[in-house]
Amino acid sequence: MSKESTSPFDVAVIGAGPAGLAAAVAAAERGARVVVLDAATQPGGQFWRHRPESVEPDPEGHGHHGWKTYLDLRSRFDAAISTGVLHYLPNTQVWMIEREDAGRFVLRLTPATGTTIEVPTVRADKLVSCAGGYDRQLPLPGWELPGVMAAGGIQAFIKANGTLPGKRFVVAGTGPFLLPVAANIAAAGGKVVAVCESSSLTNWLPHMGAASGVPGKALEGAEYAAIFAKHRIRYRTRTVVTKVVGDSSATAVQIAKVDASGAIIPGSERLLEDVDIVGFGWGFTPQIELAVSLGAETRIDADGSLVCVADEKQSSTVPGLFLAGEVTGVGGAVLAVAEGYVAGASAANGEQPKTSTARQIQRHRRFASAMHQAHPVPEKWDELLTDDTLICRCEEVSHAQVTEARDVLGATDARTMKSFTRTGMGWCQGKVCGYAVSCLSAKGTTDENAQHASLTSVAKRPVATPLTLGEISTLDSREPHNL
Amino acid sequence: MNAPSDVIVIGAGVIGSAIAFFASQQGLSVTVLERGLPASGTSSACEGNILVSDKELGAELELTKFSLDTWRGDLAEHAGHWEFESKGGIIVASKESSLASLDRLTRAQGEYGIDVERVDIPRLREFEPHISPDALGAAWYPDDCQVQPMLVAGHLLNLARKNGAKVQVNTRVTGFVRHGETVTGVTTDRGEFHAPAVVNAAGSWSEHIAALAGVNVPVKPRKGFVMVTEPLPPMVHHKVYAAEYVDNVGSSDAGLQSSPVVEGTPAGSILIGSSRERVGFDRSVNTEALRQMATNAIALFPFLEKTRIIRHYHGFRPYCPDHLPVIGHDPRAPGLWHASGYEGAGIGLSAGTGKLMGQALAGLATDMSLAPFAPERFGEFTPNTMISQESAA
Repeated sequence: MSKESTSPFDVAVIGAGPAGLAAAVAAAERGARVVVLDAATQPGGQFWRHRPESVEPDPEGHGHHGWKTYLDLRSRFDAAISTGVLHYLPNTQVWMIEREDAGRFVLRLTPATGTTIEVPTVRADKLVSCAGGYDRQLPLPGWELPGVMAAGGIQAFIKANGTLPGKRFVVAGTGPFLLPVAANIAAAGGKVVAVCESSSLTNWLPHMGAASGVPGKALEGAEYAAIFAKHRIRYRTRTVVTKVVGDSSATAVQIAKVDASGAIIPGSERLLEDVDIVGFGWGFTPQIELAVSLGAETRIDADGSLVCVADEKQSSTVPGLFLAGEVTGVGGAVLAVAEGYVAGASAANGEQPKTSTARQIQRHRRFASAMHQAHPVPEKWDELLTDDTLICRCEEVSHAQVTEARDVLGATDARTMKSFTRTGMGWCQGKVCGYAVSCLSAKGTTDENAQHASLTSVAKRPVATPLTLGEISTLDSREPHNL
Repeated sequence: MNAPSDVIVIGAGVIGSAIAFFASQQGLSVTVLERGLPASGTSSACEGNILVSDKELGAELELTKFSLDTWRGDLAEHAGHWEFESKGGIIVASKESSLASLDRLTRAQGEYGIDVERVDIPRLREFEPHISPDALGAAWYPDDCQVQPMLVAGHLLNLARKNGAKVQVNTRVTGFVRHGETVTGVTTDRGEFHAPAVVNAAGSWSEHIAALAGVNVPVKPRKGFVMVTEPLPPMVHHKVYAAEYVDNVGSSDAGLQSSPVVEGTPAGSILIGSSRERVGFDRSVNTEALRQMATNAIALFPFLEKTRIIRHYHGFRPYCPDHLPVIGHDPRAPGLWHASGYEGAGIGLSAGTGKLMGQALAGLATDMSLAPFAPERFGEFTPNTMISQESAA
């Protein structure tokens, strides 16, 4: 495709993961002219990330859940491409969205990191954002050491390469996502020394009603129990990693038992030696910056994440903008696919979801909410920070600097903290430290809206992905049109 | 009711913070009222310049020199708090016409006692090895400095607090308390505050505050973008800008203007400015401004073409139609004072302003005359100077 603007599409879909594929297929099958923009080289997103198809085809989808769903979506996706109604732009990232007079979306694109393809400017009447999310991380002593990864980073590494980033692993944090990560490490031949889950599984007891509405999840649980037994993986509940130990890279972790608030139980600390990779997952942070930049209303979800508000048609509060998947609340791939179908159909022709679909979505949302309540970020997670623990790794800002800026200079929200200390100003633009900085800043105020305001400021990224000044200098010259 | 004080300062940006500090140094009790958090307006959306190089002759240059002395004198012991850096500025001319402008500017500034030195191309390359091969001539200003403006505000407020000042954040001024014509305090969403002197240091929002007191201070927001690159090894060593920048600073055009300002930072990022447009408090992104800024920056430093930006931000300069700040007591509303309208020079001028205002509020003679900045120069409201919509945001 040339660098020139394309003629306008009916629907643009951002993301080709579970939600994006479903949205694209639903819209295309209703006759809409659809464009799908995705940063990856092939469809599937993080959840169905797989080895390069042309090099190592794996039609069985080893290590994947819902692979049949993927194959079904993929064949419909490919069919729509072959008939010309669906245009697929892989290796492409959206760095900014504008709106024209008629409300049409103008998507400014840049080649994904590591590629040099020519990208057009895309215009579309409706937009469906299925941008997914990334692992939520919390700082702790030693987390800047090589060998410390996001749990999802380990998962992506295995799915994309079929190999392991190390030999002996500890997976820690909270939530069911730790289980497939450990299982995939074991299946790929790695040793999982321990899985540390900060919650107690009895946290689930009040939510069994919600859980029983989604029986598939129980089957998955049984499956993991069998895998853990087979590979002798130790699953430690009410346990956190209190520090990562090592000189030039991680060599051990110290773990401890915690009470329900996340406070460390004195005397319970112990060292797990001979560990070269530690994967942390404290849930996920939805990638909402593009929706926020368009003015979409947000709320704080049960897991403490900032998510966008969507109605039963998956419509955001911004006319023409639809949302599906993690951007409306972290809930997993099955929910993402269901929401994707609804969003794609609504965007294509304003269709109302079927009652059965709406019920399915409600059931999965209840389950997700129960899961979040059973696996909260521990209230006292910050007790293990020392003065010199880095909070922002990009800009090397310490806990002591953050505390001083809050208590002495009055930085009680993430935006002011960023101004005063440079937290979140580096390469990742606060994607890694944003949640922690928001929590730590808000501790200095009684303002109950502080956390929402903080997370909102973290979610504002006017450059959603880095691009060169050369690219900006050749933008088509056009004054923006405001609604 | 809140305890009365000698001075109320509206706004906790650099200007308000500097006034609070110097007034408290004079022994005055000060209450700072800020509608958001410290430095949450223009002070956190600028580049932190203390520039002599872009000033034309006149009262503003006088104030600039006074302020520079204050930064280096009264405030020297705190310089480390806000990363004060005498990095020096370089103006580059790449066209014959701008070279002629630069000649005129540097000659006049030199005669006035500004430390400025013309440098030839080989010398320019020593200063900035990556400068464009199109450069025709340049001028070097060793007195151009830089601070981290948010830290200036944060630490000056903290120093003021140590002198007994109170800082009340998340408090929005909604009106004035009057005794006859005289201003004796303000009403806020957190109750009334009383003081015989109230200082309007609300920056780009000061027209709105003045209007609450029924006086005309026609300060308008003039929007500007700054782009921030990925961290790089040192490639740009000073504050470098094109000769056209000086013309833009002095213009009154409401439309989009851009001229390149490029500077390295200790963190490794390069900051790229500048744009100016008067579009009220419209926060939308102007793609055309970004495009022009990128094009201009590449023209000055060609290596930037391959450099990535990781974010951009924008702020609203408090623009005054006669390009002079508004500083001092307002006889139209006795008890009300202003310190606003610095456009792009507020960070640099904050220290001097604070010192002079501290003296004036304490009833002392000021070290330099505030007469050129007198608020009453704007006269009374007329129907078409009534508060514009721009100010109501």
